[in-house]
Amino acid sequence: MSQTITPATIRKSFTVRATPEKAFQVFTDGFDRWWPRSHSIGDAPLKTATIEPQAGGRWYSLTEDGVEHDWGDVLAWEPPARLLLAWRLNGEFAYDPDLLTEVEVRFAPVAGGETRVDFEHRGLERLGSGAGADRIRTGMDQGWALILDSFQATVAA
Amino acid sequence: MANNLAFAALADPTRREVFERLGRGPQAVGDLARGLPVSRPAVSQHLKVLKSAGLVIDRPDGARRVYQIDPQGLGQIRAWLDRFWDEALDAFKAEVERAPDADSTPKDRDEP
Repeated sequence: MSQTITPATIRKSFTVRATPEKAFQVFTDGFDRWWPRSHSIGDAPLKTATIEPQAGGRWYSLTEDGVEHDWGDVLAWEPPARLLLAWRLNGEFAYDPDLLTEVEVRFAPVAGGETRVDFEHRGLERLGSGAGADRIRTGMDQGWALILDSFQATVAA
Repeated sequence: MANNLAFAALADPTRREVFERLGRGPQAVGDLARGLPVSRPAVSQHLKVLKSAGLVIDRPDGARRVYQIDPQGLGQIRAWLDRFWDEALDAFKAEVERAPDADSTPKDRDEP
């Protein structure tokens, strides 16, 4: 009997004390201001992180060594209600243009001038693709990649 | 933390190889040992470590024991991504509520 294991979509909902317009603006234009510096890719520290303000725009970061790192792109740009991003970083946090996982953020007004933020990261079953066994190295990140590789293989079984 | 234990368990190259092979499907110890440059008792020992790290589970299959990747262990991996976003979105919420409203400050306000 084969068993299919699909990782559930990551969902987060919370309320912020701001209008949807401001929440959308801070999420996108202000992305660099809030994105945790620890959540970076590349060999050098994170310098800037950017979401370009249009459908088809790039989602990328610049590290202190002057190297740009693509993360994905903007699939839908619908201020202030909805942002849909393609997250194309695989289990090794390496960019793979053929990988598609979706990050959707919805901003809805609620009472008191606040905004309900509904966040989803879906398509996680595809995260292991492209992370070949030949790229498996030692260390925590690599252990993570290996787990995702094996996860992918298990999911596909 | 469970993930740290999992990563530590995978720090050994032979153990990674054993785990990777299980990623292709459930296998008995004897099948796993074949093609690996280590003894069967050594493979058993590696499986014991992977099992205690929550990465694999075993079940009896006749006289053999069959090992497979633990789906609950995979749940820990999703949990890692889940925490990743928790941290990022907490930072987003803090920034939204910290930043002055756009209509009360210059639109092109920059960080110092």
